[in-house]
Amino acid sequence: MSTTVPVRLKVNGVKEEIDVQPRLLLVHALRDRLGLTGTHVGCDTSNCGACTVHLDGRAVKSCTVLAVQADGATVTTIEGMGSEDQLHPLQEAFWNDHGLQCGYCTPGMIMAAAGLLAENPNPTEEEVRHALEGNLCRCTGYHNIVRAVLDAAKTKSATVAQQQEVTA
Amino acid sequence: MSAGGPEAEIARIAAKAAHERDTAAAGLHVGQALRRKEDPRLITGRGRYVDDLTLPGTLWAALVRSPEAHARIVSIDSSQATERAGVHGVFTGQDMTNLQAPLPMAWGPPGVEVRNPPHWPLARDKVRYVGDPVAVVIGEDRYRVMDAVEDVLVEYEALPAVVDPEAALEEDAPLVHEELGTNKIHEWPLEGGDVEQGFAEAEVIVERRVVNHRTSGAPIEPRAVLADYRAGSVTVWSSTQIPHYTRLFLALMLGISEEKVRVIAPEVGGGFGAKLQIYGEEILIPWCSRRLGMPVKWVETRSEHMATSHHGRDQIAHVRMGAKRDGTITAWHVRILADMGAYNMFLTPLIPSLGAFVMGGCYAIPNVKTEIVGVFTNKMSTDAIRGAGRPEATHMVEVTLEQLAQELGMDRLELRRKNFIPEDAFPYQSATAVVYDSGDYEKTLARLLEHVDVDAFRREQEQARRQGTLRGLGFSTYTEICGLAPSRVAGPPIVGVQAGFWESAMVRVHNTGAVTVYTGSSPHGQGHETGFAQIAADRLGVDPSVVEVVHGDTGFGPEGRGTYGSRSLAVGGESVAQAANQVAAKAKLIVAHKLEAAPEDIELRDGKFAVRGSPDKGMSLADVAGEAYLGIDLPEGMQPGLEMTNFYEPENFVFPFGAHACMVEVDTETGKVDVVRYVAVDDCGPAINPMLIAGQVHGGIAHAIGQALYERIAYDENGQLVTGTFVDYALPTAAELPSFETDRTETPSPVNSLGVKGVGEAGTIAASAAVTNAVIDALRPLGITYINMPLTPMRVWEAIQEAQNGGAAA
Repeated sequence: MSTTVPVRLKVNGVKEEIDVQPRLLLVHALRDRLGLTGTHVGCDTSNCGACTVHLDGRAVKSCTVLAVQADGATVTTIEGMGSEDQLHPLQEAFWNDHGLQCGYCTPGMIMAAAGLLAENPNPTEEEVRHALEGNLCRCTGYHNIVRAVLDAAKTKSATVAQQQEVTA
Repeated sequence: MSAGGPEAEIARIAAKAAHERDTAAAGLHVGQALRRKEDPRLITGRGRYVDDLTLPGTLWAALVRSPEAHARIVSIDSSQATERAGVHGVFTGQDMTNLQAPLPMAWGPPGVEVRNPPHWPLARDKVRYVGDPVAVVIGEDRYRVMDAVEDVLVEYEALPAVVDPEAALEEDAPLVHEELGTNKIHEWPLEGGDVEQGFAEAEVIVERRVVNHRTSGAPIEPRAVLADYRAGSVTVWSSTQIPHYTRLFLALMLGISEEKVRVIAPEVGGGFGAKLQIYGEEILIPWCSRRLGMPVKWVETRSEHMATSHHGRDQIAHVRMGAKRDGTITAWHVRILADMGAYNMFLTPLIPSLGAFVMGGCYAIPNVKTEIVGVFTNKMSTDAIRGAGRPEATHMVEVTLEQLAQELGMDRLELRRKNFIPEDAFPYQSATAVVYDSGDYEKTLARLLEHVDVDAFRREQEQARRQGTLRGLGFSTYTEICGLAPSRVAGPPIVGVQAGFWESAMVRVHNTGAVTVYTGSSPHGQGHETGFAQIAADRLGVDPSVVEVVHGDTGFGPEGRGTYGSRSLAVGGESVAQAANQVAAKAKLIVAHKLEAAPEDIELRDGKFAVRGSPDKGMSLADVAGEAYLGIDLPEGMQPGLEMTNFYEPENFVFPFGAHACMVEVDTETGKVDVVRYVAVDDCGPAINPMLIAGQVHGGIAHAIGQALYERIAYDENGQLVTGTFVDYALPTAAELPSFETDRTETPSPVNSLGVKGVGEAGTIAASAAVTNAVIDALRPLGITYINMPLTPMRVWEAIQEAQNGGAAA
């Protein structure tokens, strides 16, 4: 039986303290320990990006981070991006533009896109496509995902909400 | 009240509504690009897929799988694994001999022998492909069961593997199933007209070998099963496209009475055919739950998905097309060797035959013959993957036709027009034993050419070539067969699937006039909750926001058949329309009774069932529901309540069609192909929700571009899977694909009252040929006439080298 290690996180604004196996991936800490099942797992090689979250404001694949590595970090998951009453501009744009079908890749797509817009608030289509290279979708052919990201970038509120989220 | 009482009257009024096609056309919500009702939960991370669900005490399962492609199981030692802390059990095939039946294969074509050896959830005695499960470990933790899997020691006696389907038919080939004495599964022919006569009449004949390689469905959510057996009943959550079939086979295989089995397909993260299956794990995990008396969950890893979720395609075809000098195609003969892998799964040997029914494509070819031979190999089984047999058929006919145009020195679009089934020939009895319902192929092609200026492209192409860049333009004009139904054709008598193909709906109006629709179809991203709500809302005079569509739970609503073969709207959606019409008919009788008017004079207008000509005299659906549930003043003999169940059995399949164009640029130094532009004009009848149609088309095209350029399931000569992860199996990313240009024409189907055809697979069926034809068009100046998919840089580069060296030598 392996020993456990305490890990302190601030997840979506809530302070968490959990004891984990040293090998536990952040994605499984979020899903299995904190019940934040909006972050998905779609591969075992860090290719699909369904598990993308923000770690201290940067988009990362939470399947490539050990929970212990995230000790002391601030994590934002899809659940922290907006609520049904107050959607994040990216969530609104994905809805408006039919940027999702089965929805499985969507949380990761939104988190990756938010990461892009934080760094580059007005990307070109080409830049959006390259920024989302690490996130796979089988349903949409990416057409409406790209459109949604460009539309979200167009709304000024996207930038504002980004900044609020990063500084939160 | 007329003779027959209120029930007969309801049926009469509903039938009349079904014939009034303008009900849909005049709808407030049908035809609108309504935002999806599904999305708020999905974009906020509140969707619930199987792996998101955990019950108290849930145990984890992990499978021990064969590393050998073909081997005898000598021994399995699970003692170390069971000693590990938290391990509740290790089970093998020998522990599961209490299963009442092997895994199902549902195809039995009349007059054709299909060899079907037993297939069990855990292998018994022998393993037949890499990934074949031999044992399951159940434990308390997601990670620790994986550790325990490593501790299960399996001794194998390796056997020679047969990997190449052509080699599998040779006399001395190793036998995948020794007891059969052969690797051949079946031979299935379909001939219309007389192909020999057709070739005798031909003045030009083109032939080639077309390989349609093996691919993976690869939904981003892998498969997952959670089972909870308690006191004789079992509830199973499975990421499936067919929960009702899953329930049936769980009952039959586990020997549990069917009403005690409930299957729920919660949020399903994509299917693409890969979840149209009865997988061993869907039986095994509930079996383990029963055995241990605890809930058990299994979630497929991506590596497991690539190795053990069924694959698609994998056909080697010899095709031969004959034509007159004027371009009239006289004969089309296709011989297919289909690699079925190690076992027949749910529909495995049927799949190539689905293509045979539309082998003539959208052309009036009088003589068409398809001959299919199915063969076992030591690989994962093939079965339905998006398009299922029809992408292969379209690819063959469309690439061969463009080659024929070259041979004839004829414009390839002119050659297509020359052979199109004319618009006035519908319904069209094809040489392939089916009746095409409706079509106007000239119209979709003409619309496509409004977007694509071929002459301008030719000029650019020439200019680019002078500057050393090769560009190509390829076309694909297609039709396909979908809306899988009707039972009398798709079922035992003709196609031979041992099942009915109807679909069901129940429309329930609540006390307040809010509506719940139960559908037997089972979506995994298509948007049924939105589209079906639009259909019901217009027929009941309510807003779609108060129509909830419930699906994927055998515990509620009528029996269903599920979602596959682009059938949900044309069969399931029509059933919703008919059930809603029946509810509206009952509502009209109640309103007529209350307002002392004739039922014929009640019309639905502006959300009210009102007397024609007196719009102020009317009742809303809520008013009607109030009366129906109060039940004290209803027409004589009428039952209280306001809900109707419909089982819809279509008269025919539906045949969507369209014209696609693809422009590519080929880097001759590296062989890399870039899709520069993709234009699609599709016709799936009148739109229920045009936004959902465009989404389906985008995804369908991307799926086929993936196959045409990047994706391939590859096994080495020993049967080892070499594309077992997303590192080596190249799903296209956003960076490889262009934005798509889509347009539609609307040719209604006469088959259903909505006039609709399916569109879930159309893009995939059309697009691989358009991409391939574009690449060949680019490379034709080098003397290259064909390359088999996937058109990877290596393949294209090799073809260029060969052409250049061959040219130099000549």
